[in-house]
Amino acid sequence: MKRQKPVECFNPFEFLSEEILFTILDCLDENPLDKKSFALVCKSFYIAESRHRKTLKPLRSELLTAILNRYPCITHLDLSLCPRITDNTLIVVSALCKFTLHSIDLSRSKFFSHVGLANLVLNCSSLLEIDLSNGTELTDSAAVAIAAAKNLEKLSLARCKSISDSGIGCIAVGCRKLRVINLKWCLGVTDFGVGLLAVKCKDIRSLDLSYVPITNKSLPSILQLQYLEDLVLVGCFGIDDEGIATFSRGCPSVERLNIASCQNVGHVGLSSLTNGARNLRQLILAYGSPVTPALAAALQKLSKLHSIKLDGCMVTCTGLQAIGNCCASLRELSLSKCPGVTDEGLSSLLLKHKQLRKLDITCCRKITHVSIANITTSCTSLISLRMESCSLIPKEAFVSIGECCHLLEELDLTDNKIDDEGLKSISRCSELSSLKIGICLNITDEGLTHVGMSCPKLIELDLYRCAGITDLGIAAIARGCPRLEMINMAYCKDITDSSLISLSKCSRLNTLEIRGCPSISSVGLSTIAMGCRLLTKLDIKKCHNINDVGILPLAHFSQNLRQINLSYCSITDVGLLALASISCLQSINMMHLRGLTANGLAAALLACGGLTKVKLHSSFKPLLSKPLCEHIEARGCVFHWRDKAFQADNSKGWKLQLEDMP
Amino acid sequence: MDLKGRRCSEAWPKSRLGNDSLKTLTLDLEPFNQFNSLQQNQKWNGPDNFDYGYRIATSYSEVNPLPAPLSSNPDNQIKTPSQVDKQTIEALISASKLQDWDPRTMLSNLSFLEQKIHQLQDLVHLIVGREGRAVGRPDEIEAQQQQLVTADLTSIIVQLISTAGSLLPSVKNTLAANPFVGQLGSSSGVGFPHILDANDAMQQDNGGSKVSDHSDQIEPPSNCRHEQNNGGQSNPLVSTIEEHDPKDEEDAGEGENLPPGSYEVLQLEKEEILAPHTHFCMICGKGFKRDANLRMHMRGHGDEYKTPAALAKPQKESNSEPMLIKRYSCPFAGCKRNKDHKKFQPLKTILCVKNHYKRTHCDKSYTCSRCNSKKFSVIADLKTHEKHCGRDKWLCSCGTTFSRKDKLFGHIALFQGHTPALPPEENKVSSGASDLGGSSEVTETTQVEPTGFNFSSGTSNVGSIQDDVDMKGNVDDPTGYFSPLNFDTCNFGGFHEFPRPPFEVSDSSFAFLLSGSCNYISKTGGASGSDALE
Repeated sequence: MKRQKPVECFNPFEFLSEEILFTILDCLDENPLDKKSFALVCKSFYIAESRHRKTLKPLRSELLTAILNRYPCITHLDLSLCPRITDNTLIVVSALCKFTLHSIDLSRSKFFSHVGLANLVLNCSSLLEIDLSNGTELTDSAAVAIAAAKNLEKLSLARCKSISDSGIGCIAVGCRKLRVINLKWCLGVTDFGVGLLAVKCKDIRSLDLSYVPITNKSLPSILQLQYLEDLVLVGCFGIDDEGIATFSRGCPSVERLNIASCQNVGHVGLSSLTNGARNLRQLILAYGSPVTPALAAALQKLSKLHSIKLDGCMVTCTGLQAIGNCCASLRELSLSKCPGVTDEGLSSLLLKHKQLRKLDITCCRKITHVSIANITTSCTSLISLRMESCSLIPKEAFVSIGECCHLLEELDLTDNKIDDEGLKSISRCSELSSLKIGICLNITDEGLTHVGMSCPKLIELDLYRCAGITDLGIAAIARGCPRLEMINMAYCKDITDSSLISLSKCSRLNTLEIRGCPSISSVGLSTIAMGCRLLTKLDIKKCHNINDVGILPLAHFSQNLRQINLSYCSITDVGLLALASISCLQSINMMHLRGLTANGLAAALLACGGLTKVKLHSSFKPLLSKPLCEHIEARGCVFHWRDKAFQADNSKGWKLQLEDMP
Repeated sequence: MDLKGRRCSEAWPKSRLGNDSLKTLTLDLEPFNQFNSLQQNQKWNGPDNFDYGYRIATSYSEVNPLPAPLSSNPDNQIKTPSQVDKQTIEALISASKLQDWDPRTMLSNLSFLEQKIHQLQDLVHLIVGREGRAVGRPDEIEAQQQQLVTADLTSIIVQLISTAGSLLPSVKNTLAANPFVGQLGSSSGVGFPHILDANDAMQQDNGGSKVSDHSDQIEPPSNCRHEQNNGGQSNPLVSTIEEHDPKDEEDAGEGENLPPGSYEVLQLEKEEILAPHTHFCMICGKGFKRDANLRMHMRGHGDEYKTPAALAKPQKESNSEPMLIKRYSCPFAGCKRNKDHKKFQPLKTILCVKNHYKRTHCDKSYTCSRCNSKKFSVIADLKTHEKHCGRDKWLCSCGTTFSRKDKLFGHIALFQGHTPALPPEENKVSSGASDLGGSSEVTETTQVEPTGFNFSSGTSNVGSIQDDVDMKGNVDDPTGYFSPLNFDTCNFGGFHEFPRPPFEVSDSSFAFLLSGSCNYISKTGGASGSDALE
């Protein structure tokens, strides 16, 4: 202190007002490291940074007390990285956050009960959002605790299977201001609970009732909600045409309706939407009744409808034509995995909807270059095109895509016949951020080099099993796409360490898949580790040449690593123990590690406190002591015991399979 | 003495009256203007007309012996007779509109009634005889006997009223020789004070002698007094007349849309309503709820009861004549089911009366043995409840319970602030859990219990971890393996000295992500991180 005082007098930073510091901090959102550095400038910066931070996503619940003391203005607390949140933790949070806390996410946490929740709700009276998804052990008592949160506006109870109507009833009565509620997979909830919710919480905007065992009886009360905009009824088998007919009584507020997988809803019911849901913008009918002219006619008067998803529906040619004729102007259309999509049907539809921005024709295996020609001529403003496995489309067609659709940002061409020419053409889409060309066996470094040169905004690149790609192509990408965050080079056999060395310049890289690249060694991995500090997901399965020498620098530098797949690598206890020191690490997949012993494994498991998922060969199960396993599980970790045999090298099988495909 | 006992005592004075007084009693019930000139063979038409009044009167005679004259009747003296009057009159009036008199039917009815009264007389004799023998008998038997007689009298009254109902038209046409009928017919309301008169006289006659013996048992029951107060505060005669306001009758049949006057209204007394049995064996005194059961029982007493005639349904005779629809009134004044209520809704059957009276005006003495909270006054209700009790019990925060979920949710939807309440079992469990959770920092436990582990890397917890390891006993050096603290001191075969990243700052190492995916933790492990934070 004494030493600091004279320094303080001359420190110009001390005179900056908090307002200015906050404005500076607002601009530092992009890289979290920047804020860290900022806080270290001087005392006032440190305090400003403490007071500026509003959201927090801690890795360990143990340190919550200290963290929350440092950051007094936290409004959003995301605990989804802490698998073990006990009642005590919640009590600590509630005592430290008090009124400032608006939102808390407990969707990935376990081991807390209604006691902690009750405390939280009691002390943090201004809570607006609670996410309790996956709380399979939460009972109605927890719901009763939540019901005390009078100001709650947003609540997610997805997969809270033990909560019943009584619990929902309590919430409905207690939380009158609810606007968004998610009850997906709440199997204990029925018409009674939902009905009560609709009666008591008049402000509901968004209601997700997917897979909830409700029937038609619920709908009249739900549709009386005058602000309801978003209604999700995926997989509600109890709802049929009769129920949907309730819409005809009027529900002008509904803008998005998702009735995917409601097999009992057909065109008869949908026709009532015309009368009642005039403002419908998005309609999802995936995996439902066949798309026929009758169904299309039912949608005829929905003038504001701009997005339809018909994934997995049986589609007829006339049905598509009718949709083309009736709907006003579609922006989004999804026909993914629809059997029956033909050139004729798709073309007639596309000719009518020239404003289309997003199109999904994944696995429409009957369409040919005719459809592509129509897409390129009429839908020039496409932003997203997904056409995985459209196997009849010839390679020439892809050239036209690149020529006409310059605005494309997302392109999925997985498992297509595209070649270097096509890729060269597509590289004209300078806005491209996501490109998936996995299993495109015709492309080589040449095409990829074009992409690398012309698509600087590329963020995601999928080259899964692109056997023709070598280090040259990757080097071009690494050079031209500095924003790259995800790259998948799995089973690109010719990739070597030099690819990784070039990729290590992409400092934003967070996901790297190099599964089955036998030429990659520890050298490449350590360069990646040093260059790509943000790495969170790493798959090095079957990289036989990677050993402890590569893992140690990884453990040292990649402190953000969350997921790693080490199976079949030449890693021993030492490497694993080193990895265990990565405090973020949550998921380890370690099948068939030759150098691994039971004791090393036990030590690593104990050391790695944040683990949530461990995939192991079942031969280890008897070798680990039962109390140890229980202990690890009590920390929130789940063991996946697998009994797969050691696969020497299955690449040949895959190749043969590919060659069989025409 | 509890209420029941009191009822017994008040309604069963005659068992102690002895043979003579009983005779007097029955004889007192003779036609009203001539009740002093007693003839045994006439006594049948006595009790049936004003039996209610008679019994009440007897009870009160012992409470406050009254002088005979009508003028000195106290205010609270017997509302019930006036009710009986009303009933009779109603019955008569309505009968006059609807029916013609068939003297043969009447005769058969009367002879049947005579028989019945004889039987009753025998029974009372029997009782009197027994009482003489066993002085110290418990109250139970007394009560049984009382009920026995009560029940018989009730049925006689009912019979007689219905018989009398068929009489009235003939009265209008031919002035009957029967003095009773004549009187009824000629001076409808006026005749009834005589009844009262007769009662009072009777009270004096038989009551006066015995009061001293039973004074201890005959405290005025509050219920009765209440009724009386509610009833004719003024002269019963006046009230009788007033009660015949035609409006009352108009409203009477509302519940089932019976036109007024198309049915006769009967009113049982509460003692009768509350009697557990209505049919009694005149030989052994055993009581039955159903007449048929009694007839089955009677077979055991001798062959004469096995004849088809004896086993036949006795009501059949009276059924042969077209009967008026009977409806019932609740004796509780002020009740909607009471015929004095402005919006009177009659009860359909005697069973309805019983259930209504018990449910509405009695204590709920039957408690469910399972939940110990629900109470019932009708045992059948308890049994119905017990079938469902404990199975899906739906509770509201207001304390109301529902057997059905939809009822609960309907209730909650209707009322503001009511919420579903969780079943008590779950609450108990959860309160237990709260105890567990409430006990903060669990560091001492050596159990392999999830709450026992607190993996904050603070040193205080290492001990517990070690304990845990010792228990497992399969690891040689527990601290080495189990404590995450020691990892940074491990020597990984030469790689220990790996260069540190240049950006790394050692002073504040937070083991959390800062606004996204980046993390500053230093390699020294969680413990140092926590220490560094203030």
